[in-house]
Amino acid sequence: MTDKRDTLKIVVVGHVDHGKSTLIGRLLYDTESLPEGAIAKVKRICKEKGKSFEYAYLLDAFEEEQKQGITIDTTQIQFFTQQRDYVIIDAPGHKEFLKNMISGAANAEAALLIIDAHEGIQEQSKRHGYILSLLGIKQVDVLVNKMDLIDYSQAKFDQIKAEFNNFLSTLNVHPQQYIPVSAFLGENITTNSAKMAWYTGEPVLRALDMLHKERGLAEKPLRLPIQDVYKFDDRRIIAGRLETGCLSVGDKILISPGGKTTTVKTIEAWVDRDKQAAVEAGQSVGITVTDEFFNQRGEYISRVANPPLQAKLFKASLVWLGKHDLLQNQKYKLKLTTQEVECEIYAIEKVVDAASLDSNANVQRVKINDVAEVIIKTKQVVCFDDFSDNQSTGRFVLVDGYDVSGGGIITGLYTAAKTPAAENTEFADAHKPVAPIARLAATAGKPLVRLEREQRLRQKGRVIWLTGSEEAQFNRAVSLERELFDLEKQAYYLDRQTILDQFLRESTGDDWIAKLADIAKILLDTGLIVILASGTVERDQLEKARAIIGKHDFLEIDAEAAGEVGELTQLTDVAV
Amino acid sequence: MEHLDRLEAQSIFILREAYKKFGKLGMLWSIGKDSTVLLWLANKAFFGHCPFPLIHVDTTYKIPDMIAYRDRLAAEMGLELIVHRNETGLAEGMGPERGRLTCCKALKTEALQEVVLKYQFEGLILGIRRDEEGSRSKERVFSERTKDAEWDYTNQPPEFWDQFKTDFPKGNHIRVHPLLHWNELDIWAYIKRENIPLIDLYFAKDGKRYRSLGCWPCTKPIASNATTIDAIIKELENTSVSERAGRMQDQEDAYAMQKLRKDGYM
Repeated sequence: MTDKRDTLKIVVVGHVDHGKSTLIGRLLYDTESLPEGAIAKVKRICKEKGKSFEYAYLLDAFEEEQKQGITIDTTQIQFFTQQRDYVIIDAPGHKEFLKNMISGAANAEAALLIIDAHEGIQEQSKRHGYILSLLGIKQVDVLVNKMDLIDYSQAKFDQIKAEFNNFLSTLNVHPQQYIPVSAFLGENITTNSAKMAWYTGEPVLRALDMLHKERGLAEKPLRLPIQDVYKFDDRRIIAGRLETGCLSVGDKILISPGGKTTTVKTIEAWVDRDKQAAVEAGQSVGITVTDEFFNQRGEYISRVANPPLQAKLFKASLVWLGKHDLLQNQKYKLKLTTQEVECEIYAIEKVVDAASLDSNANVQRVKINDVAEVIIKTKQVVCFDDFSDNQSTGRFVLVDGYDVSGGGIITGLYTAAKTPAAENTEFADAHKPVAPIARLAATAGKPLVRLEREQRLRQKGRVIWLTGSEEAQFNRAVSLERELFDLEKQAYYLDRQTILDQFLRESTGDDWIAKLADIAKILLDTGLIVILASGTVERDQLEKARAIIGKHDFLEIDAEAAGEVGELTQLTDVAV
Repeated sequence: MEHLDRLEAQSIFILREAYKKFGKLGMLWSIGKDSTVLLWLANKAFFGHCPFPLIHVDTTYKIPDMIAYRDRLAAEMGLELIVHRNETGLAEGMGPERGRLTCCKALKTEALQEVVLKYQFEGLILGIRRDEEGSRSKERVFSERTKDAEWDYTNQPPEFWDQFKTDFPKGNHIRVHPLLHWNELDIWAYIKRENIPLIDLYFAKDGKRYRSLGCWPCTKPIASNATTIDAIIKELENTSVSERAGRMQDQEDAYAMQKLRKDGYM
């Protein structure tokens, strides 16, 4: 019952009064998972109120909930089948308690979505479906409840199933089963119902046993967000929970942001049974490292080859739960794993009606219980992953004043460009720490880096190296500079002749191309878009320049080919 | 990871969040099995250094063995222990004969709030669990109390993805519940696995044992012959009686615990 058995967490969601608490009460009752005291207490309360036995009261423990017959807050309760243990999470169906529904549902590994057969699909049925997709809960069974009220009609069941399946598939939620039930009468709960012989699928209990626990978190890339650093004795212990991946003594690790590397010296533990040479996802650990530089909460430990993304701008889908509307340009606190930074809503791309999936693109605010696609800009660089790659490092909450007021998932780095594969690589590379141009080191303070300048300019520095005839290059350089300027970009063109005449007179031979590339590289470090009309250059010389500047910052453009300035803007429009 | 490892890792994560976030933090220790497990987990979380004081709210009605055990263990482990009583209430003759709920409110709730004010605690760690009773099943892991210790249970803030409530007005405090997700059997299985020292009131003597510990006038032992942890686990696997059936204050009113806890009870 304890150590060797699995525990699966399941949330029950759906529209108000569709029977969530009743279903759970029934499951608990039928599996004899409840203490005598609990049932006796509900019997006593029901008798005092002159009501028949209410299964829902087993969960709706608050006086207010029992008096009003609604679930206000989420509850967790355990029950047991032959196969394993379950934690069942009851979630309120009222729209006004969506924050409580999410508080419950976010802990779940699977969901049961309940629809009243008589009332059919309602607003919260759909909103909850949407929330499940936002929470990344992929295992879903749909229960069509109160079948007794529609005479156990297969036709009506099929109709609800088709309609709801249609809705959920657009959210990429694919239920494993649709089960017709009567929670109150216990039909299709523990065994197949004689009243619905037409249903050949599983009853609820067996369907639950068919759900599975998520595995494979240990196989994902290492993510260990630093929670705290302790110095209680002579050890300097870095503490945190491995969200994904695994870690062993002797492993080389990267600490982001900052990009320092070091090696795991020890894995610390208080009692002997916990002393291990390797740890894995889910464990709360403490390690020491060989290089003792300053570490702090919020930094990420990863493998050198597989760092998290780092950026100040990213795209997200979020649900807003705040008392006050979410506003563009307003400041909030963003909490993502152990990181906490000030942020603002850089743009609200659209607000989605979670029930109809209609979206509205021209809005400056997101109201309570609405779902939106936004771009978030943080004050400092944050480390994260796309939610689709790593759930626990790809989600965040927003704090407004004292309260957690919204939660969201990261859907990608923000860029105006389309996202062909090549660009993805480019963006990932662009967000790696860029080695600054070596200048005399300051004695105090932190030197400005290119990333900061780029953020100020709202562009990505690039060297656009034109090829083709000298005349075409020159014409293109002039027009391109103007076009980029008109698009509020900072661009500057350099032509070979001027540079050679004024600065490189002493240079001889092929060396001039390296000098030209060096100059372009310094300008690049200022965050500028540099347009180079270099004249006719041999291919190997061009490759030399590309190598000096760096392939991700080097854009080769044929000045004679018809080109869209729009494409260039996209390449330089990378917000950082 | 196995079930108990998962529970343990989550509790340690919660304890470390609390320690990081609250300047002034204390942990309630009732000498019972749950808060003793909590003490064990704190030692694990902080590598043998429990970095905050333990608080015992002493009603003066505790079973005498509990006090003896408390003082012995505190001395052995070198614990920083704050013992507090509602002296005003006691001087005025407060006791269970004035009504169990009245007594609980005065000698536990009010005494606890006195401690919070006296030491300016921002965070209090408590060993409550969801499976104990209804109002606890609705709790958050980080649960805010106002400066009057009140719990606004009908309007709790969202809490998900382990992002807890760490922002609140000065004067309020946060109740931190690292064992919320454990159940009674988990606690026993863990005590067994970790070989955690425990007060012997839990083990049967003359056919009786305590399943839940409290004040002697309001806590009844259950009939049991379980003298070992294995026997207790076996007994619990087969019982249909609730854990707190012997706690008489719970039975005073259908919503007794909700009412007590709304005012700041543990």
